[in-house]
Formats: sequence, structure tokens, C-alpha cells
Amino acid sequence: MSGPSDYQPSNPALQWIERRLPIFGLMHSSFVAYPTPRNLNYWWTFGAILSFMLGIQILTGVILAMHYTPHADLAFKSVELIVRDVNYGWLLRNMHAVGASMFFVAVYVHMFRGLYYGSYKEPREVLWILGVIIYLLMMATGFMGYVLPWGQMSFWGATVITNLFSAIPYFGESIVTLLWGGYSVGNPTLNRFFSLHYLLPFLIAGVVVLHVWALHVAGQNNPDGVEPKSEKDTVLFTPHATIKDMFGVACFMLLYAWFIFYMPNYLGDADNYIPANPGVTPPHIVPEWYYLPFYAILRSIPNKLAGVIAMFGAIIILCFLPWLDAAKTKSSKYRPLAKQFFWIFVVVCILLGYLGAQPPEGIYVVAGRVLTVCYFAYFLIVLPLLSRIEKPRPVPNSISDAVLAKTGSRSTPMVSTAIVLALAGSLFAGSVDSAKASEGSDQPPGNKWSFSGPFGKFDRGALQRGLKVYKEVCASCHGLSYVAFRNLAEPGGPGYSVAQAAAFASEYKLKDGPNDAGDMFERAGRPADYFPSPFPNEQAARAANGGAAPPDLSLITKARSYKRGFPWFVFDFFSQYQEQGPDYVSAVLQGFDDHVPEGVTIPEGSYYNKYFPGHAIKMPKPLSDGQVTYDDGSPATVAQYAKDVTTFLMWTAEPHMEARKRLGFQVFVFLILFAGLMYFTKKKVWADSH
Amino acid sequence: MNPDASTIAAGAPIEVDLSPVAEGQDIKVFWRGKPIYISHRTKKQIDEARGVNVASLPDPETDEARVKSGHDQWLVVIGICTHLGCIPIAHEGNYDGFFCPCHGSQYDSSGRIRQGPAPANLPVPPYQFVSDTKIQIG
Ligand code: FES
Repeated sequence: MSGPSDYQPSNPALQWIERRLPIFGLMHSSFVAYPTPRNLNYWWTFGAILSFMLGIQILTGVILAMHYTPHADLAFKSVELIVRDVNYGWLLRNMHAVGASMFFVAVYVHMFRGLYYGSYKEPREVLWILGVIIYLLMMATGFMGYVLPWGQMSFWGATVITNLFSAIPYFGESIVTLLWGGYSVGNPTLNRFFSLHYLLPFLIAGVVVLHVWALHVAGQNNPDGVEPKSEKDTVLFTPHATIKDMFGVACFMLLYAWFIFYMPNYLGDADNYIPANPGVTPPHIVPEWYYLPFYAILRSIPNKLAGVIAMFGAIIILCFLPWLDAAKTKSSKYRPLAKQFFWIFVVVCILLGYLGAQPPEGIYVVAGRVLTVCYFAYFLIVLPLLSRIEKPRPVPNSISDAVLAKTGSRSTPMVSTAIVLALAGSLFAGSVDSAKASEGSDQPPGNKWSFSGPFGKFDRGALQRGLKVYKEVCASCHGLSYVAFRNLAEPGGPGYSVAQAAAFASEYKLKDGPNDAGDMFERAGRPADYFPSPFPNEQAARAANGGAAPPDLSLITKARSYKRGFPWFVFDFFSQYQEQGPDYVSAVLQGFDDHVPEGVTIPEGSYYNKYFPGHAIKMPKPLSDGQVTYDDGSPATVAQYAKDVTTFLMWTAEPHMEARKRLGFQVFVFLILFAGLMYFTKKKVWADSH
Repeated sequence: MNPDASTIAAGAPIEVDLSPVAEGQDIKVFWRGKPIYISHRTKKQIDEARGVNVASLPDPETDEARVKSGHDQWLVVIGICTHLGCIPIAHEGNYDGFFCPCHGSQYDSSGRIRQGPAPANLPVPPYQFVSDTKIQIG
């Protein structure tokens, strides 16, 4: 995209087109012959990674939109049906949901890289500002996408974020009404968010084109921050940069696949598996992780309007970065002070993110205020000041000099590493304290589940026994409305034959109609029918159960969780622990106790349960020894019942779990081979350039 | 992109019968998709609401101005936190009123903001008494 090219395709047909529309020349000069600095490191592959992620998001998104229903009453269910019934729907959904997070991981790395190497400085100001615009568009897109599944967090996230605009004086309220299309967040809101969520990615793609154009006019920055002067300073984009980017993308895909196949819910919130309910706010509203630093800034300011201004200001300030930091030396490699402050700033951002996920009380509020000040101080005080007082080290004459002198200069990172470690250590210590403080509430004990880990499979016997427990005990109050009888015969399930599932279905009497005479009638269940719910609607369920409606159990093991706290959530990433839900469900089933400990008062009509939040549960003790008879000789104890029914409910929550883990293994084998291949190809291509 | 005709039509006034609400209790009804809290306040709650120095409040308003005279025991407010729109929980917090779980705003027994990031009192929706035990909201 940099000026006319003298490239001529050899094929006459292509020549014919080229004379009328010089598109091949454009491609050739932008992505083949384009000179790229030869000293770029792997942080520069994130541009390619981001383009790749944008492509993936648009592709999976378009297919998902073919199956999704944007209606307040149907959206939640339609997402569940995508996951359960659409071919590879679970894969598409995981790719899209995790993909949003990965997109932000990559964009944050990309932005911090720009910050560190001064990529926003003369002559790249417009390039940088276009990047900030892309980032803003991404945030809007991500937020609206999160609303579409219409779970509790979707709904309340939408409520909180749209209400931010009500802080604007005079016009605030009317802007909010305009966003909602009604008097509160509701069906019109969902519809317009769907429309905009489909539109914005294409706007992003458009701005990306401008971003790349500006990049190719100004040329890429590089780790040494000196502009290329001669042929010796650059290499051709293809094959050098292309193959390096491919290797970068392959490595990034390994991380991406880890989440898709092994921890799809790690980055999400359990509350979003509860359908939206405008009458109940979840006790603790958290946005998606990538907004957390800004959410922390919002909350740390006790005034509504000021909080909103600070939050948006924290992003807008990035646009002014090229003028706030007036230092002539671009790369922090040659700026000893700037380098250290950069790492402090990274830690401040991470800590703000951590605080954004904590309840707004006590020490967290104070820490949030301190860090908010640090965040703004970096831009408004540190950077302008440094550009005046700092004495940078001399920069190399040219890129090729820098490449040749690629020794030494390895000692300075020590200081910043020490700072990072100290801060991480204090965070660790702080969270251990808070973990101690919260020990009063009982953590469910961990269990050994057959389905945990990368090769986990459901225990067929447990699934069949669990189904029996559900049918004989739980089903009198709890529905299982996303599960159809036909699912019982599907691979990865309890392992019944189609005939057995049909026979199981025919034991149920279902209401159908109206028939030709306009009457409702009863008929035997068919495999295509769903498990009938015990109550006609939520009101009836409430009335029959003393005010608390028994929740539907289809998703219960994914919709319940408990807090893991700081060091644990890091370990969980590596150990693939994600059985909080099952652990909690089985603990609640066994946590009943007639003997109420001192200091706990249980209101009339509730029962004491050790693991239920608040300890007062409306459900009476459901299971007792010997209540359900097992034909296979398994012990008829509460512990065994709890284990079996929880396994069964894990299957109902994710019927394709075995397929997910199986495919995950294959994908990993492929990706590792592919990344290795790319690595050695890259070595070969670059052999004479180092 | 403003609300369409059917949305506006569905936002017509509603009538609520107050006779089943005992003293100290409250009910939540929905009007225009918004939760409306109707509380039957106790003597203690009314006294607390009237006892404070109005000028010291973040959003000064007397309790008398927030209820209908002659029906002082009834408080009718829109149960949407004026901070960022969560639903406060009734009978919680330090002021015998409402507590918002999202960012910790606390409202008193007259629905006035007392503590936390919310800038304003819980709004009172337009309503009138059609009889002693029935109100019309809207
Ligand atoms: S929404 Fe109630 S305190 Fe923020």
C-alpha cells in the first residue's frame, strides 16, 4: 500500500486485470516486496496474530449468527441449542467466546510492545491513534457480544455499562433510553446489540486496513528505534516476516487451543449460565477480565460522573501519548529510567485488573485509589518528566550495527525484574491474608471425578445410576429442560441404545396439542421430547416451594461455582482444574445437618446446609441412605448418590465433553508438529540474515 | 431508535392492591420493566426517616416530599440504584432501608442515598392513591 509498484504478473489473464485494477501489484508491494527491519523480535508477530484472530472471530461469528435467535425469551436457549445440537456447535461457540479473550490478550501485548519501543512517536502518531480507535471498537464489540447469550452477567453487565452514560449531564437519560429502546434493558436492547455486534467487526476490519496502510507509509518501528537507512537494514516481508509470523501464530494457537478444548469456562463467569432475570441482581457483578482495570478505576472514584470520566479518560489518554512523551529516543532499550517505569506501569495495570474483580470494600478500595493515581501519573507526570530529565544511552548508528553488536546489554533488566517480583510477592501475601479472612465460609471439598483432566471420560455406570437418582428423587421438583430423551443414546452419554432411550421416553406422559378439535391431550413421550418440567412455570414452582423456585438442573454444574482466590486460579490454569461446579453440587447434597451450629440462625421453612451460601437453604435434605436401589451392586449411600447424580448433571451440562477433549488432543498433536515445522523453516529462511 | 409504539403502550399505568402487605413488609412489582418497591413502613422507620437533618444529606429531600400525605406509612420507589442501575436489596444496610450489592450504596427508609457512590435518591415513580388500599402507578 505504498505507492505504485512495478510488479507485473506473468500470467496473461492476471496481466489483463492488473492493467485495469493494479491489485496484484498492491498485494505484492505490501506483503511480499515490502522491506521490513531485520532486527524485529517476536513481539512484532502480534500484528499478524491479531489479523488472524479478527478473521477467526468474523468467520465463527457469521456461522453462529445463522443459529442464534436474538430474542429475550429465546436467546439463552438458542445458545444452549447451538452447543448441544448444531454440528460442532460447541467448538464454534468455544472458539468465538475464547477467541474474544485471546483477541484482547494479543491486543494488550501489541499495545504494551508499542509503548515499550516507542512505536507511537514521530512519524507514527496517526498509526498509533488508529490503533487506539481499533481498541475502542473492540471493547464495544466485546461488550455487546457478551450480552448476546442473555445470562445473568450479560443482562447486568449491560445494565451497568449502559447506565454509565446516564452520568452525562442533561442528555444522559435520553442517551440511555436510546441505547435501551425501552425503559430498561430488554428485548429491544438485545436486538440492537446483536445488530451492532455484527456491524462493528467490519468497521474494525476497515480501520485495520487504514492501520496497515499507515504502517506501510511510515514503515515499521523496530526494537532499536532507529529508522532503516540502507538495504542492509531490511529483509523482504516474504518470506522472512511471513514465516516468522506463521510461527508466532502457531504458538499463539497452542494457547488458544488450550482454552478452547480444556478450559472453555475458565475465563467466563458461572453466573452467565443462569438465564437473565431482571428482578435479581447477582451478588457480585464483574465484567469480562479485559475490562477489569478500567472497571477498577471507575469504582475507585466515589463520584459517579467523575468515575465515568476517569474510566473513559484512561483510554482516551492513550491518543495523546505521542505528545506526552517527547523523548527523542524511541526504544526503551536505550532509556534506563523509562524502562523501569514501563514495567512498573505493567504491574499497575495487572493489579488494577485484579482489584476490578474484588468486592468494592475495605483495603481493595484504598488500593484501587492508589493505583488509579499511579495509572494517570505514568502518563501525565512520569513520561513528560522523563523526556526532560532522562539521559538515554547512545543508540546504534543503524539497524545492521545493532544486529552485529548483539551482545551485552543484558544486565539492566535485573532491576525491573526485582520490582516485578516484589510487587507480585506483595499481591500474593495480600491475597493469602484475604483467603484467611474468608475461611469462615466453608469451601466444598475437592473430589476425584472420572471426567476431570485432559483425558477425562464420564463413568457410564455413574451416569446411568445418576439418571436413576434424578428420575426417582430430583425430578419431583427440578426440571431438566435442555435434555432430550434422544440424548441418552448419543455417544459420550450414558451409553443406552436408541431403543432403550425410546422405551425410557415412552414411560413419560406428556401434554400435547391442541388437536383438530382444539383440545389438549396426553401422549407417551418420544425420543425427540425433552424431559418434562415438574411445574408449569416459575410462579407455580415458587408457590409450591415456599417462595424459592427449584432451579432447572440442566446446567447447574456449570452455573454454580465458588471463589478460588488468587494463587489458586493461577494453578488451575495449568492443572486444568475446573470442577468447582460439580464439587459444589455434591457438597451441597451432602452438607445437610440437623444440628445447627451456634451463631447461625435458620429462618422458618429453611434448612441448615454447610456449603450453601448463607447456610439457609429452602430445599429439605433430598437424599438418605437406601432411598434409591441400585441394580449393579454399588453402595446405596448418600455419598454414592451424590457422586452419581453430580456426574450425571455434569453430562447434562456438557453432553459433548468427551468429544471436546478427544478433538483437543488431536489438535494439540497437529499444532505442535506445525509449530515445529514453522520454526525450522523460519531458521532456514533467516539463516543468512543474522 | 427510541422506544416503539408497542413498548410505549405496554408502559401504561398499573394498579396495585396494598391490602395484603403487612406492616414492616414490602412487595416488588414491575412497571415498564422496572422493579418498584412498595414498603409498608413501621413507625420506627418513619421516625428515622424524619429525624435526620435534611441539609446534611447528599441529595437533600424531606421524607414528607417523598410520600403522599395521609399515607405516610407507604413508601413507593423505583428499585434501581441511581449509581449504575443494579437492584438494591430491601431491609439491608445501616439505615433500615436498601443496600445495593454492586458498589455498596446504602439508602435509608425513605429511599434517600446516605452512603456510597450513588449520586441521588431512589426516584419516586408517578403514582396516586385511588382508594385507601389501592394505588395506581404511572
Ligand atoms: S449500581 Fe448500586 S452502587 Fe453501583
